[in-house]
Amino acid sequence: MNIIKFLDEFTSENLTKKMSSRREVFGTMGSLSKKAALAAVPFGLAGSGKAYAQTSKAHEGPLQLALTLEYLEAEFYIKALQSGVLPSAGKAEAIYSQISKHETAHVEFLKAALGDASIESPEFDFTAGGAFDPFNANFDGAYAQLLALAQAFEDTGVRAYKGQAGNLIGTPFLKPALQIHSVEARHASEIRRLRASFIGDPLNEDALGWITLNNRGPGMPAATQPVYDGEENVVQAGVNLVDATNFGAVAVSQSYDEPISGETAVAIASLFIVS
Amino acid sequence: MKKPIIKVSTAGSSRERVNDSRRRFLKTGGIALVGTSLLMYGCDVDENETFNTADLHGEDSKGRKVFNLGKGDFGILNYAYVLEQLEAAFYTNVLDGAYFAGAVAEERLILEDLYKHEVIHREFFKTVLSTIRPSTDVLPDLEFDFTSIDFNSRDSVLATARLLEDTGVAAYNGAGPLLENATYLLLAGKIVSVEARHAAAIRSIYLSDPTAFAGDDIIDGNGLDLAFDPQTVLNAVEETGLIVTKIIGRNLPKG
Repeated sequence: MNIIKFLDEFTSENLTKKMSSRREVFGTMGSLSKKAALAAVPFGLAGSGKAYAQTSKAHEGPLQLALTLEYLEAEFYIKALQSGVLPSAGKAEAIYSQISKHETAHVEFLKAALGDASIESPEFDFTAGGAFDPFNANFDGAYAQLLALAQAFEDTGVRAYKGQAGNLIGTPFLKPALQIHSVEARHASEIRRLRASFIGDPLNEDALGWITLNNRGPGMPAATQPVYDGEENVVQAGVNLVDATNFGAVAVSQSYDEPISGETAVAIASLFIVS
Repeated sequence: MKKPIIKVSTAGSSRERVNDSRRRFLKTGGIALVGTSLLMYGCDVDENETFNTADLHGEDSKGRKVFNLGKGDFGILNYAYVLEQLEAAFYTNVLDGAYFAGAVAEERLILEDLYKHEVIHREFFKTVLSTIRPSTDVLPDLEFDFTSIDFNSRDSVLATARLLEDTGVAAYNGAGPLLENATYLLLAGKIVSVEARHAAAIRSIYLSDPTAFAGDDIIDGNGLDLAFDPQTVLNAVEETGLIVTKIIGRNLPKG
């Protein structure tokens, strides 16, 4: 499947229609302009994946989204390791290598799971249209951007897998999806702490291994804020845990990671997708 | 609202123990009978049998308090509550220990946060489970035995923390597919990723290998984290001896 077609199908508009007719009606040109508008798609639209859940291939939509995010991460870490930006033979390089190994393995695992329903890798632009320059070894701010983008990708991955888990109930893919989900969370924790150490702020409440409120953290570009919106939630299963415990909103929000919808995940990823 | 704490008689001399258990048997024939029915559960392989709440509380043949987690989604939630109680109790002890008192700032901050998070998880289950079922179905406050852990020792504390956090991740990963209700699955998902963040941080400060946060000892060649079924986790937890109460997970869903 073509990535643009896939991204199209992850919008709520498409999910409320029959997919077959969509495929015929929209050509690639229409889809491209549609994709360009994805970044502006309002968050919190109707839950994604529902239309897929009614088909016999319920797992395909969620796994295609996962594969898109894994392609993004896998290519990002490979390029980061090749860039010469990371301090060589240090802790950061070891961490990026380990994460790179996992993300590449996730790509292969998901491609095998999807079989013919696999999508091809999109073409990525990690400058996000010139906003960043993370692989430029001659740019002083490159390492900080490598860390910021890695944090944003990992925290997004955690939220996206969490958001799709319910769509995989009753399929053999739920368990491995959960097993990837927690690996992404381990990555996120480590990258966040590495970044906090790099900026010399390891005790900052907003730069710990876990997410505080909806704070993206010191030094994180404003463009990454959608990754953190909604993480400030303190009500779980109808229980306000600030009221129910002796702890405040900071600790309560840290204790639970929140999901994002397929649309939100696509909107975030689309910032880095050319075609 | 305080739940009744399961009291476990302190072991004195063996003669006292014998007398004590005999007296208890004579005095509380009802509980002993429940214990018998629990033992009979061991021979019962029919997993579809209707779960009887009378079997929830009892004693086993060694006189230990017993709690049967129950079945279905609620049983899985009770099971998660066991792990959260254990973690919360552990970190509560950590914060009272000499290692924490003298730890470097970053380690203090991490352990204090983990304490808060686990207590919040515990209180969440305590509150929510009681709204779903009668309190007799809900796991009571467990009693723990942490004498095997030296809370004055960095090594003892961090080794245990690593074990508990990795086990927590593996337990939620294994239990998630056993849940039928998507709301519960999402709640478990919200918690497990925080446990994984904990596990990575603890491994990172405790182990010298820079890849330990997601090390090859726990992440397989497909990039997948550990996932253990409930019985495996419950057996492992029982082997640690940290939980005094005997936990029965026989009626939990199986994969």
